[in-house]
Amino acid sequence: MTREQATTLIGERFGVAQVEGESPLVVTLPVDQWASFARFAKETLGCRFFSFSTAVDWKEQGLEVVAKVDNLDERLSLLMKTKLGAGVTTCPSLVPIYRGANWMERECYDMFGIRFEGHPDLRRILLSEDWEGHPLLKSYAVDTPHPPYR
Amino acid sequence: MTLRLDDPSVAQGDPGPSTPLRVAPSSSRGGETTGGSTASRVELDYSGGERLTMNMGPQHPSAHGVFRAILTLEGEQVVAVDAVIGYLHRCHEKLSETLTYAQYPSIASKTDYVAAMTSEFAYVMAAEQIGKIEVPKRAQYLRVIAAELQRIASHLLWLGTWCLDMGGALGGGATIFLYCIREREMILDLFESLVGARLLYGFYQVGGTRYDIPEGWTDACRKTVDVIDSRIGEYEGLLEENPFFLVRARGVGVISRELAEDVGIAGPLLRGSGVSFDIRRSAPYSSYEDFTFDVPVEADGDCFSRYRIRMVEFRESIKIIRQALDRLPEGPISSRPGLKSVAQIRIPKGEAYARVEGPRGEVGCYLIADGSAKPYRMKWRGASFSNLSVLPHIIPGHKVADVVAIMGSVDPVFGEVDR
Amino acid sequence: MGLCVPGAHPRVEIKPPIPIIPAPIWKNIKDLQEWEQLHQKRPEGDKHSAAFESITEGIHSFPGGFVVTTLADAFFNWARKSSVWPVTFGLACCAIEMMATFASRFDVERLGMVPWASPRHSDLMVVSGTVTIKMAPMLERIYAQMPDPKWAVSMGSCANSGGPFRHGYHVVKGVDRVIPVDVYVPGCPPPPESLLNGLLLLQEQIAHFRRTGERAAPNPKVD
Repeated sequence: MTREQATTLIGERFGVAQVEGESPLVVTLPVDQWASFARFAKETLGCRFFSFSTAVDWKEQGLEVVAKVDNLDERLSLLMKTKLGAGVTTCPSLVPIYRGANWMERECYDMFGIRFEGHPDLRRILLSEDWEGHPLLKSYAVDTPHPPYR
Repeated sequence: MTLRLDDPSVAQGDPGPSTPLRVAPSSSRGGETTGGSTASRVELDYSGGERLTMNMGPQHPSAHGVFRAILTLEGEQVVAVDAVIGYLHRCHEKLSETLTYAQYPSIASKTDYVAAMTSEFAYVMAAEQIGKIEVPKRAQYLRVIAAELQRIASHLLWLGTWCLDMGGALGGGATIFLYCIREREMILDLFESLVGARLLYGFYQVGGTRYDIPEGWTDACRKTVDVIDSRIGEYEGLLEENPFFLVRARGVGVISRELAEDVGIAGPLLRGSGVSFDIRRSAPYSSYEDFTFDVPVEADGDCFSRYRIRMVEFRESIKIIRQALDRLPEGPISSRPGLKSVAQIRIPKGEAYARVEGPRGEVGCYLIADGSAKPYRMKWRGASFSNLSVLPHIIPGHKVADVVAIMGSVDPVFGEVDR
Repeated sequence: MGLCVPGAHPRVEIKPPIPIIPAPIWKNIKDLQEWEQLHQKRPEGDKHSAAFESITEGIHSFPGGFVVTTLADAFFNWARKSSVWPVTFGLACCAIEMMATFASRFDVERLGMVPWASPRHSDLMVVSGTVTIKMAPMLERIYAQMPDPKWAVSMGSCANSGGPFRHGYHVVKGVDRVIPVDVYVPGCPPPPESLLNGLLLLQEQIAHFRRTGERAAPNPKVD
């Protein structure tokens, strides 16, 4: 499965997706195709290794969820991106497809407030359960006070 | 936060009958009474299905850092594990948006603090990929030497603390611990003469390295590496002839190949489960293609195979260091020397994901730059974060004592987990 | 201290130039004001037990009894400072340096310090690493589980003041906001020599406590 083969296959199945980049191959998708593309990547493209999943806050344009999967045997890396749209904070979950997405999506929820539909156990992972606010949003100040400790 | 037994965070299995103790209204049967005038009776019932929720709290002597595992036990067997992390969340990703490219590498050290060079490597490589900054050959070789020395130091500490956990601090475990720390001190002396610091450095800068090697450093490095080479055989002999060690490590904590890839663990854990994947071989960076070395792979997936892989990695790293020292080219050590102000390095708009084969696996830095001196977003793909997320899948079914052995062989460093 | 220059009048004192360093006006600095307000101070009344006081009074009242108590004092002094058992409380990077200090090159066991996992049997807590808001209640609980008299050493800049992560939203600006600290060891991480220096200073403080029954005042040479 070379990069060209993968590009052709993606173009056939997911015409709406934009594909660019060398390594990793960057694919930008609409949100509703997020889970189906992940399944396609795992089954057809052979990308069974789940590297990471995270989010980026683009201020007015909204949030963007990014995930990277790899095909270890054929050395193909795929970076999947989807923009959620301004004000939207829900996204389909990849946990039914890749078990490694469990903790990664919990961290996205913790840091950005994105609710993943289909996640079996969506709760905060790094901060305590009663923390208010989602720190990695650009609207959250890095030195927010938290009496009495800081 | 008080933990209630019906708290959803308690266990991932079904709760089951949770207590063997029932207080029943009095009747004419025997059994202990609670005494006094309350006339109620305590029945003790051990039918075998009771579950106990035990907290292996953030402070425990197993020397791995702040990790809380809420174990649900049936007798001595673990049925479910809920791993609570975040006790060392130091806001790296948010802080990186406020620090410049010249300031952040020394803070990056503090993610994987046992192998600090790895994280710096990933960060500066990502910045260099976006900015298309060339790194001179000498700097690349120096980076490789530092990274491999760091790998040896990290594996020495791993071996020492793993054996300390399995053997007990005042029992036999301290033997290997003290020997490994003795070797590690030799490597840290090398780092001290190179960088000035023993544990956390700021050696890597965008464009190359910050310091050049001083006089006589290559000879000292060669001598150290020879000494370590001769002693690894001793440790292998000590451990592999020891039946207690073999019982505790063989067949314990088996990770299947499918689980390994699905969860995304990397490094010795992945190679121990039969997947031959090493970033230094598959996607070589920083002149790794110039060196010949083997990548060990084992098929069993248990703690013993991970141990064997790390022992072989010692020898492979020593091979790489010897080759790099022999062929170290002359030249500049940085393509952006002479840092005069912290905001001097500006990276144009773009994004990149740079990954490095650290001692624990794939350490990656996903960096989005926006043209200024500070990144827009930086995400650490921590090797230990992914490695640790495999614990709830493999620990159930083992005994409590095996939890310590498994955690040790997974080798988490909580700076990377919590960032 | 006067210099005696040969040939000069013995009563002439020639003083070496003493640098006049003005006292820092730190009362204007917000971080230090916060520290003044928020850092934990030792509770009062942290002295010997009443029974012990009465016994020593009793021995004192005998003629020549003060010899016994002075010798006993010196003995107890030496014993208490020479067997401080730290609870293993490594949080982050400084824990690795703490482990190196407890290992054989910088051997801290020759000072009598045996690292002990249980807080109920230890005297000293070496807070090595960053204290986060999630960890702070656990730290307080473990400190509370230690029996009196207990000491705390803040190791590394993260425990001293929050360190390089001071401005992070989840980092406590110094462990002294959670527990009272006796010795601060600076560094990131402090090399084992610095930690040993801190532990030796702590031993002097412990000796002072034993002699006078009061926690040590800040050391004028160092502070």
